[in-house]
Order: sequence, then C-alpha cells, then structure tokens
Amino acid sequence: MLSENQLFKKGIIDVSPSLMGVFPFGIIYGALGVEFGLSALETFMMSIIIFAGSSQLVFMQLFSLNANPYVILGSVGAVNARHFLYGAVISEHVNHLSKPWKITLSYLLTDQAFMFSNKYFIENKKVNNIHYHLLGTGFMLWFMWQISTLIGIILGSFIPEELGLNFAIPLTFLALIINDLKKPTYLLITLVSGTVSILTFNFPLKAYILISAASGILIAYLYSFRDENVKKFI
Amino acid sequence: MIWILIISAGIITFLTRYSMIAIVKKEYLTPKVRFILSYIPCAIFPSIIFPLIFLDPSGVFMFQHNPRILAGAFALMVGIFTKNIIATIISGLAVLYLLNNF
Repeated sequence: MLSENQLFKKGIIDVSPSLMGVFPFGIIYGALGVEFGLSALETFMMSIIIFAGSSQLVFMQLFSLNANPYVILGSVGAVNARHFLYGAVISEHVNHLSKPWKITLSYLLTDQAFMFSNKYFIENKKVNNIHYHLLGTGFMLWFMWQISTLIGIILGSFIPEELGLNFAIPLTFLALIINDLKKPTYLLITLVSGTVSILTFNFPLKAYILISAASGILIAYLYSFRDENVKKFI
Repeated sequence: MIWILIISAGIITFLTRYSMIAIVKKEYLTPKVRFILSYIPCAIFPSIIFPLIFLDPSGVFMFQHNPRILAGAFALMVGIFTKNIIATIISGLAVLYLLNNF
C-alpha cells in the first residue's frame, strides 16, 4: 500500500509526460499575453487566478478585441463547462474529504490532472487516500504552468513563430486519448466530436466545444441502452 | 476593469470545477451515468484537437497545403506504435517544423 507521500509523488511522475505539451503551451500563453498588450503582472496573475490554459487564451483574445465583458465571461464559462463532467467523475473519489480539500483539488482540476488521476483511480479502486495522487498531478501541472508562463512573459516576442510550438496543444490532447482510439466506439465518438467541432467552430461564444461534446455524449447515451456495455460499470 | 474581469473569470472557472464535487452524491452516479462519463475525454478533446489541425487561425477549413494534417497523422501513428506521449508530441512538432522550413 502506498503512503500519502508516495501517492503524491506517483501523481507527479504519472503526469510528467504531459508536461511536454503543457510547458510549451504556458510559454506561448505568456508570450501572447505580452503581445496582446497585457502587463506582465496581469498575464502572470491570470495563470494564478484562472489556471485554465484554453480559457486564458480565449479571455485574452476577446479582451484584445474589446469584446463585451459578459461575452468574455460567457466564453470562459463555455470553454470551462467540461469541468462539470470532470468534477462529476472525480466526486466519487473525493466525496468523503473536508471542504478545504475539495476546494484545493477543485482549483487544481485541469484536463491533464483529470486524465492521469482518473486513470489511476480506475485502476486502483482499493487504495486509501487516493486523492493524494490528484494532489500530485494537480500540483505538478500548477507549478509548471506558472513557471512556463513566467518564461513566456520573459521571452515575449523573441520566440520565432516558425518554431510552431503552439502545435504542441493539439498533439498533447491527441496523445491523451490515443489509447482509446483502438476501441471502435471511442473512435466513432472522437470522429463525430471532431467533425462537429469544425462545422460549428465559428458559432458564437466558443460554443463549438459544448456542441461537440454534446454530440459525442449523445452517441454514448445511445450506446448505454445496450446492457452489456454498461455491465462492467456496475 | 481588467482585474474585475480576471477575478470573475477565475471564480467562474473555479465554480465549474467545484460545483459537481461539492454537490454530487455517489448515488447519482449510476452505472449508466458512469458508462457515459467514461466517454467524456473522447467527446471533448477532439473539439480542441480538430480545429487546431484543420482550421487556419481565422477559423476557415484548410485541407490542401496544410502541413499540420500530415504532422498530426504522423504523430498519431507514432503514438499508436510507441504508446509514448513525449514521442507523439515531439514527432508531430518535428514533422511540422520540417514541412514548414524545407
């Protein structure tokens, strides 16, 4: 049985591969913040206060276009709506914890922390104090996000565009779902969601993420009517 | 003004993460719900991946003369065969860099 300290370290180690995608993302975010005319302090504090990469980029883009504040906040909410689903999945593992724990783990609940800790939760159902794994993945991502934001702010416009570092963002998310793509139903849902996201990309309020997710979940819902699919989740 | 916006965005982001953790009771998560939730990464992440590969920065579909498609496909193959996240990302970045510069 792993101790709390070992679980924390296991989380840090498990999430490390994804830093290859997170770190360049943070550098790009920091550099873009300066380019969009935000101060270094504003750019950095967004990483502390919001701590959600894609929402921070959407926020910055819309702010630089002088968008209506409610449109900006609505867009941030829309991009972040996927967290409802992460929270719902994670809740069964953190339900017994105190409020400060829940608040801390919620603040740290990013895409990658969810992906890697949820994977560990599924594979290690009987482990005690398993939330320390999420604390590890969450803390590591948080720390690296702040460091990479700072580096991006400092490097600013010095990063040559032809390096194409922002391409690491889709590659990271691709790497995260690659094992699921071998299963036909997961592959189908991936293709449907991706196609819908392209068709609806220019819809207002960045709603394309929500619409794509809804289309994918609808297919999963239809699959759930076949009892043999649901059996292994009892 | 920007500070009010940043703090509001931070609160909204936190609430999307916290609300389900604070409210949901385990009994709500029936096997059927958990089955559906297991598909969520596959339902959401493609909507981040696909536009960044197939669309240009202004949101227009770009199929011909789009090196990101080839780079993404190469990374996909590397990912399937190596099961290595770092290899997947680096191979995709390398192919894109080569296609863009040579």
